[in-house]
Amino acid sequence: MNARAARLRQQFDDPPQQREAATLGMWIFIATEVLFFGILFAGYVLSRVAQPDAFAAASRHTDFLLGTIETGVLLASSCLAALAVREVQLGGRRVAVWLLAGTAALGISFLLLHGYEYYSEWQEGLVPGFHWNQTGPHERGMQIFFFLYYAITGFHSLHVGVGIGLVSIMAWRTAHGDFDADYHTPLEISVLYWHLVDLVWIFVYPLLYLIGRAP
Amino acid sequence: MTATDAAGGNYLLAGNTLRSWLLTHDHKRIAILYTAGITFFFLCGGVAAALIRLELVTPAGDLMSPETYNKAFTFHGVVMVWFFLVPSIPATLGNFLLPLMIGARDVAFPRLNLFSFYLYAGGGLFTIACLLAGGVDTGWTFYTPFSTMFSNTHVMLAVVGVFIVGFSSILTGINFIVTIHTLRTRGMTWFRLPLFVWSLYGVALVMVLATPVLAMTLALIALERLFGIGLFDPALGGDPVLFQHFFWFYSHPAVYIMILPAMGLVSELITAGARRRIFGYNFMVYSLLGISVVGFFVWGHHMFVAGQSMYASIVFSILSFMIGVFSAIKVFNWTASLYKGDITFSAWMIYALGFVGLFMLGGLTGIFVAAVALDVGLTDTYFVVSHFHYIMVGGSVMAYLGGIHFWWPKITGRMYPEMWARFAAILMFFGFNLTFFPQYLLGVAGMPRRYQSYAPQFQVLNVLSSAGASLLAVAYLMPLAYLLWSLRYGARAGANPWRAAGLEWKTTSPPPVRNFGEPPVVEGGPYDYPVPTAKVRATRPEPAGP
Repeated sequence: MNARAARLRQQFDDPPQQREAATLGMWIFIATEVLFFGILFAGYVLSRVAQPDAFAAASRHTDFLLGTIETGVLLASSCLAALAVREVQLGGRRVAVWLLAGTAALGISFLLLHGYEYYSEWQEGLVPGFHWNQTGPHERGMQIFFFLYYAITGFHSLHVGVGIGLVSIMAWRTAHGDFDADYHTPLEISVLYWHLVDLVWIFVYPLLYLIGRAP
Repeated sequence: MTATDAAGGNYLLAGNTLRSWLLTHDHKRIAILYTAGITFFFLCGGVAAALIRLELVTPAGDLMSPETYNKAFTFHGVVMVWFFLVPSIPATLGNFLLPLMIGARDVAFPRLNLFSFYLYAGGGLFTIACLLAGGVDTGWTFYTPFSTMFSNTHVMLAVVGVFIVGFSSILTGINFIVTIHTLRTRGMTWFRLPLFVWSLYGVALVMVLATPVLAMTLALIALERLFGIGLFDPALGGDPVLFQHFFWFYSHPAVYIMILPAMGLVSELITAGARRRIFGYNFMVYSLLGISVVGFFVWGHHMFVAGQSMYASIVFSILSFMIGVFSAIKVFNWTASLYKGDITFSAWMIYALGFVGLFMLGGLTGIFVAAVALDVGLTDTYFVVSHFHYIMVGGSVMAYLGGIHFWWPKITGRMYPEMWARFAAILMFFGFNLTFFPQYLLGVAGMPRRYQSYAPQFQVLNVLSSAGASLLAVAYLMPLAYLLWSLRYGARAGANPWRAAGLEWKTTSPPPVRNFGEPPVVEGGPYDYPVPTAKVRATRPEPAGP
């Protein structure tokens, strides 16, 4: 009981109130993230409407296979994270630690895959402003596409990185017995954040890799 | 052991080390850290304003070079908007009063609150670094393609500073929303909330929903400068006007970030000063929320001459008129609350009444510039400058200072010298009108803004404006002096020196660390005036006058 009382911060009356506050806070933060990425998506839509052919031509230069694998990796990681929360809610700890470690590992492999993708695009000369080899009628619009590509995937990868850090801390805290079936709010809201990272990618993947790909 | 001791004792005495202030989680101490920060930036921005007014005394551009002039008004704008006005009322008085007004012990996330302050300070450092490195000349709006392709000044530093301070307001917004949702004391239902709390709720919503847009827009500017190409680059088929859409999608709601808390705050002052309930409480709440929501759909009125579609302009214009309806409801209700009131003319009430008058002038001229046909002529003239300053300086700053005076006894436990304060408030009112009313006339006569030199026929009005600015400077420095003086020499304040309603007056002055001995229980609506004398006696001794 004492351990549980120590987790209750002084501004709250009881654990449910604390839990409600933390969860609501994370949901509002997620709303701000949606708007943060929303501007990039709005910029994408308007630029695509202005230059549809250039965007279609540019999207054929993205790596369809790697993009698809990355999508699978992120979805799998989200699944592991959700299972970890379920496991802690049911009182299991050891499995949850492994599931969280798996989530973080998949997150890291996502970043590695994406790093490789950036590397091969550099080789191909697809980095506007720094290393650009493409010519042809759509050259100018393609530069805008790739500018957006780096902005969107760059900010997304930044979020993946933060998420990996959070999930790792949660794995460590779970291993140390900080969470049990009664109290696991930090774990729950960290996983909520991880799902956001996943969800953003669900929109990024079709926009950058799929639409207008067929010749 | 008294109730105050049980709640942790006077918050000002709960540790005297620097560490106990800089690493505090107490919302009251964080509010004071913010007050120090925004006062510093207000003085910085004020110096820039003084330079601008000094330059404009003569028609020729003889005091500084055109580049320096551009940097001066940019610095003035950036600092005053993001480092003074946006955090001014919410982060200082809001932070201090929100938990007290809803009967809570602290905000929901005290550590996050401290982190917000350090983000604010970090953003401030970048802005100061930008100034020391040579400044930035784009204007506070960072319009593309000038900011991305042509400006050779330190746009990057300024943009990073504003980006960081944006996250400070996002986190403050999250904190306020969650606090109001989850930490209201027993009996404090939504429609018993004081209007100041409602205004903080509205403002927090706007902060949370608008600021990320600004952050990403500024990030796109930074990336465009980094890559050398980007979304707003017309050479690649990009659209510079898109930047204006994104920017005003934040910056118009941001205007409501700056004025909504002032509206809520003045509602507290007017009810206490007239000893009357607020007239039309529900309408006050709905009009406040109406402004918060409709405020998101009026951004295009900044772009009537930017080449947007005529039909878009018409829609934006009609929506902007709607804001006028909500604002008018508030002005009428404040006025109606005074009717048959037992009105005091304490310094804070003078500020509040000054607010209503100046806000009305600023609001009505807002209707002028919301009309497309009129705005095409008035845009980019001093008329717009004056309209904006009537709302922001005449409105928000007057309200902020009124609030500081009203809650000064609560915050510090000391009374301020009343006669000096009244004198400063009245001087401020006249100084302000002398500064900015001539600018309306200059605008109508066609003087464009952002020029360092002007045609000789504008000189008389410009000299009047600069003379007013020096009065205004004196009026702003006076409170700084006598309020600091009162920290040591002011008379001690009782728990409720103004006989005001509201939970914050039910605890001691200054409040204990955990705000209340026993969690208060609320049994009725706000503004329970007149406060029965018996209750007041219990909270005496009243302080002697100055």
